[in-house]
Amino acid sequence: MIDLNTTWFALFAVLITGYAILDGFDLGVGVLHLFARNNTERRINLNAVGPVWDGNEVWLLTAGGALFAAFPPVYATIFSGFYIAMMLVLAALIFRAVSFEFRGKIESRGWQRLWDWSFGLGSLLPSILFGVAVGNILRGVPIDGNGLYVGSFLELLNPYSILIGVLSLVMFVMHGALYMTLKTDGELRDRMTRWVSGSWIAFVVVYLLSTLYTIFEAPHLMENIFSKPLFWVFLLALLASTAYLPVVLKAKRFFRAFLSSSVSIAAAIGIAAVSLYPSLAPSSIDVAYSLTAYNASSTPRTLTTMLVIALIGMPIVILYTIYIYRVFKGKTVITEESY
Amino acid sequence: MDLDPVLLARLQFALTIGFHFIFPPISIGLAWLLVIIEGLGWRRGDDTYVRMGKFFGKLLALTFVVGVATGIVMEFQFGTNWAEYSKFVGDIFGAPLAAEGIFAFFLESAFLGLYLFGRNRVSKGVHWFSILMVAVGSTISAFWILVANSWQQTPAGYIIQNGRAELTSFSEAVFNPSTMIRFFHTVDATLICGAFVMAGVAAYLLLRNRGDLVARKALKLSLIFGLVVSLLELFPFGHEHAIQVAQTQPEKLAAFEGLIEGQTNAPMVMFGIPSDNPPQLDASIEVPGVLSWLAHGDTEAYVKGLNDFPPDETPPFFITFVSFHSMVGLGMYFIGVMLLGVFLLYRKKLWDQRLFLKLLVFSIPLPIIAIELGWIAAEVGRQPWVVYRIMKTVDAVSITVTAGEILFSIILFGLIYLFLGALYLFLFVREVKHGPEPEVTTEVSV
Repeated sequence: MIDLNTTWFALFAVLITGYAILDGFDLGVGVLHLFARNNTERRINLNAVGPVWDGNEVWLLTAGGALFAAFPPVYATIFSGFYIAMMLVLAALIFRAVSFEFRGKIESRGWQRLWDWSFGLGSLLPSILFGVAVGNILRGVPIDGNGLYVGSFLELLNPYSILIGVLSLVMFVMHGALYMTLKTDGELRDRMTRWVSGSWIAFVVVYLLSTLYTIFEAPHLMENIFSKPLFWVFLLALLASTAYLPVVLKAKRFFRAFLSSSVSIAAAIGIAAVSLYPSLAPSSIDVAYSLTAYNASSTPRTLTTMLVIALIGMPIVILYTIYIYRVFKGKTVITEESY
Repeated sequence: MDLDPVLLARLQFALTIGFHFIFPPISIGLAWLLVIIEGLGWRRGDDTYVRMGKFFGKLLALTFVVGVATGIVMEFQFGTNWAEYSKFVGDIFGAPLAAEGIFAFFLESAFLGLYLFGRNRVSKGVHWFSILMVAVGSTISAFWILVANSWQQTPAGYIIQNGRAELTSFSEAVFNPSTMIRFFHTVDATLICGAFVMAGVAAYLLLRNRGDLVARKALKLSLIFGLVVSLLELFPFGHEHAIQVAQTQPEKLAAFEGLIEGQTNAPMVMFGIPSDNPPQLDASIEVPGVLSWLAHGDTEAYVKGLNDFPPDETPPFFITFVSFHSMVGLGMYFIGVMLLGVFLLYRKKLWDQRLFLKLLVFSIPLPIIAIELGWIAAEVGRQPWVVYRIMKTVDAVSITVTAGEILFSIILFGLIYLFLGALYLFLFVREVKHGPEPEVTTEVSV
């Protein structure tokens, strides 16, 4: 029997997954933008994600809104607790957003370099910090008996969380490079394929490392997950999709490879969610202080109302999103309307 | 140095919202005008409207992206800076924000991409539909954010229980006593804003002798549209909104209108010099009975003054009074300008009235200023409450965030906004100077 609180725990995970899969690839493209070799390549990067990045970022906003509505104490404690980190992410996302529109407005090398850096670093910083945030949640954050965060900004930058930050970075780079294999041709696509191979190896290595590290750093997660059958589903999906990726990549079945990495991302988030459940923000001070889907939720009336809103709204969103992706499918070509 | 975290948090909030609030009104107003323009271009097959659509579409894209970029901060800062507030009202307040994401943000941002990049990829009908969805999406977005704001002003559909506000009726919370009138008042203000931006830009193009058909037709459209929406803002929307404030937030009305002592036959203050501590109004020009009549439909009705309320539960008088009266004054100015413009258009004297065209260019920022003033009047007028008569602002801030951290955020975003604001202006002007694409001349085949 799945209750309302569990449903919202799962829905929040789904929204985060949607964000990681969709904005994940355009954040990845932004990181790869730092390594672009010439202006044509930079314009291809920007135009490949130009029509869709904004819609992708809405998944983050919706996840934030859902967290606020369904689990207000978690929203309040985590965002006020991670204050400086949040401000840095928001600043990065501001620069990243405007760089699309601003860059092409003036034909000057210096001007365009400025917005290239803005797009690149504006993608790099969130890619790492989102992982760092997840890492901190996984190992537990200092939440006291009053539900208040009592740590500091620098405590967030611990080795375990930084490793998870690196994991999210390589995951997004792999995903972004795969998206670019769908959007490019010839020499550029070959280079993107090499980026996929490299980041795939990095992903596997860092994932194994973080799993090992988790056993020592956050043993409570390990105790939790083995009792849950869902964990095995996600683990199998992760193993299968990760193993499948290089096979289809070699066969130049790029869309399948992109789907594989999407599944890998979903499965990795699924494993993290299952290992945390029902906790949303475990306390490192005392497990009893943890904010969970039960002690930190809104009332059943609000959860039900929100569920109705989500069930009406999300299918429509998914339908037109698919339609718009179909309109823009195919290789990126530079036209008069391009950036 | 001892800094007050509450004051800093309020400044931070005012800075981020105040800056963000420049852009959505322009976007919403322009989007609806573009629905008309693109519709005419599509149905009539008129190349002038197609070029007009492309030109104003670029201005929309520029404005929209700065709105999106600065908007991300909005949703998260309830958690970062106002954690106690978020915990107390999350059961009610989070839902409109989530609904805004699901019903509005996805729609506007997905279809904006289709509108801007899809001109040659989809049919003309679908392309028109995409700008319609941008306009609809951004208007729904305004609805949900105004639901959230209106609930803070006139809370309904809740019960205080378990140390927080718990939802008892979603529909009562959404359609609380001030939602709908605030929605009409604010969205109409965005339309005025769009009309003035378009009129000012078109006037500029005419002054610069770039006056091809695009500028003339854009000016004509925006003046007629602008006159209608400016008049609607006075009556019924402004009027009805004032009645609602009189009924549901009497101390705010008293501060708006400069009514210190409650009285029957209460006057409408046309002008006055306000001061605080204690609230006082000097050198005022008043018309007796009008306020009583406007608020209660009877010149003899008693209207409560600021002194009828406990001093620690009334809003700061000076800011509330000045921002409200300046907004109303600007509203009157908008009606005057648009009336004059339509009159000149009717007399076929518009195109060479250089002075009037210059006035239109100069007026571009004024609706934005009026909107900001209206927002200040509404929000400062609600103080000292964050949720009217339920939770005070001082009890709403994050306990664990230090004054230094908030100061860091103020400086960080202050610098970013200064930079972005300057760039936006620079690029906007540049785009306008570049003007619409020239008419396509028919190629002669050899």
